[in-house]
Amino acid sequence: MDVLYSSRPLWAVLVSMIAAFLILATGEKNRNIRESWTIMAAVAKFLIVFSMVPVILQGKVIEYTIVTFYPGLLLQFRIDAFGMLFGVIASSLWIATSFYSIGYVRGLNEHAQTRYFFAFAMCLSSTIGIAFSANLLTFLVFYEILTIATYPLVIHKESKEGIMGGRKYLAYTLTAGCVLLFAIAMIYHMTGTLDFKAGGFMADSGGSSAVLIMLFAMLIFGFGVKAGLMPMHEWLPTAMVAPTPVSALLHAVAVVKAGVFGCLRVILFVFGPGLLHDLGVWLIMAYIASFTIVVAGFLALGQDHLKRRLAFSTINNLAMIILGAALLTKSSMTGGIIHMANHAFMKITLFFCAGALHVKAHKDYVSQLDGIGRQMPLTMGAFAIAAIGLSGIPPMSGFISKWFLCLGALEANQIIFLFVFMTSAMLDVAFFFPIIYNSFFKKPLDDVTPHFDEAPMFMVIPLVITALLSIVFGIVPDAFFRFFSMTSLAVQNILGVG
Amino acid sequence: MAEQFAALIIVVPLIASLFVPVIGWWKKRLCYPWVVAVLIIPLISSLSILNTVMTTGKFSYRLAGWAPPWGIEYVLDHLSAFVLVIVSFISLMVAIYSKKSVQDNLPEKTVPFYTLFLLLVTGLMGIVITGDVFNLFVFLEISALSCYALIAIGEEGAPMAAFNYIIIGTIGACFYLLGIGYLYIATGSLNMADLANILPPLYDSKVILVAFAFFTVGLAVKAGLFPMHTWLPDAYCTAPSAVSALIAPLMTKVAAYVMIRLMFTVFQPHFSIEIVPVFTILGWLAVMAIVWGGIKALAQTDLKRMLVYVVVAEVGYIVIGVSVANRLGLTGAILHIMNDAVMMACLFLVTGAILYKTGTREIHQLSHLNKKMPFTMAAFTITALSMVGIPPACGFFSKWYLILGTIEAGQWFWAAALLCSSLINAVLFFRVIECAYLKPMEPAYAHDGGETIHEEIQRDEAPFTMLVPIVIMAAGVILLGIFSGKIISSVIQFAVPASF
Amino acid sequence: MLDYVISKYNFWIYIILMMIGLYAMIGKKNLVKKLIGMNIFQSAIILFYVSTGVKAGATVPILSGHGHGHGHEVIEVAKYINPLPHVLMLTAIVVSIATTGVAIATLILIYRKYNTLEEDEILMIRKETGV
Repeated sequence: MDVLYSSRPLWAVLVSMIAAFLILATGEKNRNIRESWTIMAAVAKFLIVFSMVPVILQGKVIEYTIVTFYPGLLLQFRIDAFGMLFGVIASSLWIATSFYSIGYVRGLNEHAQTRYFFAFAMCLSSTIGIAFSANLLTFLVFYEILTIATYPLVIHKESKEGIMGGRKYLAYTLTAGCVLLFAIAMIYHMTGTLDFKAGGFMADSGGSSAVLIMLFAMLIFGFGVKAGLMPMHEWLPTAMVAPTPVSALLHAVAVVKAGVFGCLRVILFVFGPGLLHDLGVWLIMAYIASFTIVVAGFLALGQDHLKRRLAFSTINNLAMIILGAALLTKSSMTGGIIHMANHAFMKITLFFCAGALHVKAHKDYVSQLDGIGRQMPLTMGAFAIAAIGLSGIPPMSGFISKWFLCLGALEANQIIFLFVFMTSAMLDVAFFFPIIYNSFFKKPLDDVTPHFDEAPMFMVIPLVITALLSIVFGIVPDAFFRFFSMTSLAVQNILGVG
Repeated sequence: MAEQFAALIIVVPLIASLFVPVIGWWKKRLCYPWVVAVLIIPLISSLSILNTVMTTGKFSYRLAGWAPPWGIEYVLDHLSAFVLVIVSFISLMVAIYSKKSVQDNLPEKTVPFYTLFLLLVTGLMGIVITGDVFNLFVFLEISALSCYALIAIGEEGAPMAAFNYIIIGTIGACFYLLGIGYLYIATGSLNMADLANILPPLYDSKVILVAFAFFTVGLAVKAGLFPMHTWLPDAYCTAPSAVSALIAPLMTKVAAYVMIRLMFTVFQPHFSIEIVPVFTILGWLAVMAIVWGGIKALAQTDLKRMLVYVVVAEVGYIVIGVSVANRLGLTGAILHIMNDAVMMACLFLVTGAILYKTGTREIHQLSHLNKKMPFTMAAFTITALSMVGIPPACGFFSKWYLILGTIEAGQWFWAAALLCSSLINAVLFFRVIECAYLKPMEPAYAHDGGETIHEEIQRDEAPFTMLVPIVIMAAGVILLGIFSGKIISSVIQFAVPASF
Repeated sequence: MLDYVISKYNFWIYIILMMIGLYAMIGKKNLVKKLIGMNIFQSAIILFYVSTGVKAGATVPILSGHGHGHGHEVIEVAKYINPLPHVLMLTAIVVSIATTGVAIATLILIYRKYNTLEEDEILMIRKETGV
């Protein structure tokens, strides 16, 4: 494989970190300058990341070593197709989120905005670091930074619930971090390397199957906490006290996606399909993921708080991605990986809508949404598109991923997982469609303005764009960002070796 | 040239400490610049020594020209040069910091404070630099005596704490002295290098075993290793801010250094590992130290007292690294000597600055500190994250090597203790961060600052002389983390005994 | 057995003294007695050191009959007591005196503050005043 040495990955990480400190230095007094840093960094970051896409699609990898700690132990970036996919998702959505955040925090006149934008930029910096990391150590470094950088966002409201949510978040993620640290140290001890390798490198480690299974469990636990894999999902709904753009970022862009990304890295790039098949853990993994899918779906039904409902839907979808990877077939992997992108665009739309409703109409509960579609047709229209997409109905992008996932279940000769995907799709319909129906067709509640009265344009435009994109990706999966090419390239790499 | 620096490191602060009373008698306010100026010389010397050691390897300095093993020899190898830099750097930082703290807390004791301060630094550097076990005892006592006195001039309750420390510290020193005695009976030598040559045939001798036992216990007392730590919390907590900022990072670390020096240089590693089961015992004690220190720290409401128990736990970290007795573990231990010294110095400096500005150390009363003292709190937060083990701060890397060491040694419980301790640290420090950065959670605390909540909170940052060392330390926490690979490859890997 | 004890009597004496000192440091409530215990402890070690320099039939290590320029006679090491432990102990004595000095100064501070030197009383006072 051709390797291209370039410092662009480093700049992609640094640009938002530099912006973070510029934001801090600018402070509350010059709000417009401060926000312009965010926007500039977001655009710059996206351009840097996107400029590397053609290289990756030629089948090359881009490498950059920051420092070497010890032989075989280095802080290094190596961008392959899979990492690039995540990088593009995160950096492109950051632009949307930045505009949206500005509308949101100004619309609500939030306090501590500087801290908010600072933490946001740091989050993105570490997310790109995660996407581009070449080995488990680098991954862990950025993963931990992400944990900490998200904390100020979770507790942003500084209310009692916010602080409790923050504590819970830290308790889960820091414990996970400790477990990861141990597992990674263990892997380093066994193999002397931590570099991700398509198809896995643990097969040559010579560890007994008990040890390998334990390590696998620890790694999946460590990353699964952020990915909201049951039973480690509890922090996610609690963290919904955070402002909506944060939830959007948490769910669609950075944090949980980092967890899922980590799980997939472990399954496909550390252990590898071959070894997992031999160990037989793939099936257990698949059952855990299926359990999460179904239970999260049912729990979502019971939530009246819109954001909590979305949170459970996230848990449900993330488990779907993991299930796709765990099935270890070509189609299922393709479906899982492409769903990372598709889910990101759809889920961020949903959260943006929830935020718009909160800012404009001060509505947080599903039961309050009757007739709101007349007041905010754009918002609810986008909501409808994304919700339909998540349910897997063509022509939205969700259909593509579901299609591949179902194919994968068939390829693996596991009909039961086909039913899991079907059940999940039906649950999606069950918990999203009433919202769409109520908002458009029910008689408006008294406090709903029956004529067009949308949220600020800063918020509406991003959410309309992301909604439209999810239609576009449904029709042309390879449009703009080349997600589909990257996915198939990543799958080829994994299966080509394994 | 570097050889002369070895002498300067000891002689300059020692002689300068004698001049402090003279200068203080003439003009009291000149003591501070004098001490700061004097302490720059050891820093420059130790940096130059480190540079020489890195380029040309270890060298020694014969005091007054007497040839070893009769004369006293100063030995500069990678390990001692490395620790010297840490000691001289932190003492200089604390000296810079001490200005306001001393003016405020000890206006009448300025002269004795600075005299003792320099003596303490002399003692610490002497311990590190000397190549003679008895000379080491003398320096140990010089540092301990000045430390007793410095603690005794602290706040309410300090004399009692100091007295306890005197009693227990003396027992520790006496045990060490007894160890030397037995070693001398068996070998007739006091020079470390000489002893290392004479000892191997005698490893079966009971006398050597007894000597080793006395050394270990004596140093464990000095290092404040559980369960010999009882003197430590009171003594460190009641000492004046500037003093605790100096002794908390350095005293225990230097004792740990002596432990490494004796166990792996004077005795050969295989003696300490195979013939005596000391590392199993020490390792478990370290685990208890980590757990006990963590639990006690959780129970504290006073920030400084909490940190003091964290010191107890941190000693456990280093001892675990020593006890796993392999290359990675020892690398972690030596790295942690540096990292922990910087982190502890930063935390204690911040605590002192908070006390100076707000007059309180109660965690619950720290609200709105992020507005009042943004830089100080930022430094605190960075260091706290490092304590929790968040990369790229330095705490992560020492933890990484320590855990690798425990895995290699197959000591799963020790690894678990290290991991648990990160979590305990997370609880400890996030509690403080929550109080400082967020609004008071319980209405019960609101009456303390009930009026100020609605007012615009004025920035009231610590004075410049305090802020500079704090910020430097916080920057150090990050930089040492990022460059830990460089430090390991250029210094620490040579400091670890080659036989590993 | 008895021979064994007697032949190593210097060790036994120092150990007994040391234990007396240790007992005083731990068991006594009065701070001055603790201090005295500490002194006994140190003295025991000093005695131990001094006793290790002794050789049967040897004399004080002062070389006699060696004028300048007559250094041809061989010095028999066995004839002289080993002076090094004694010298070391000079330093140790200085250290122990300094320690005692600091300790006494601290005791004075404590007495001024609490008007007593009994440990339990001090603890009572500290508990009452909440320090």
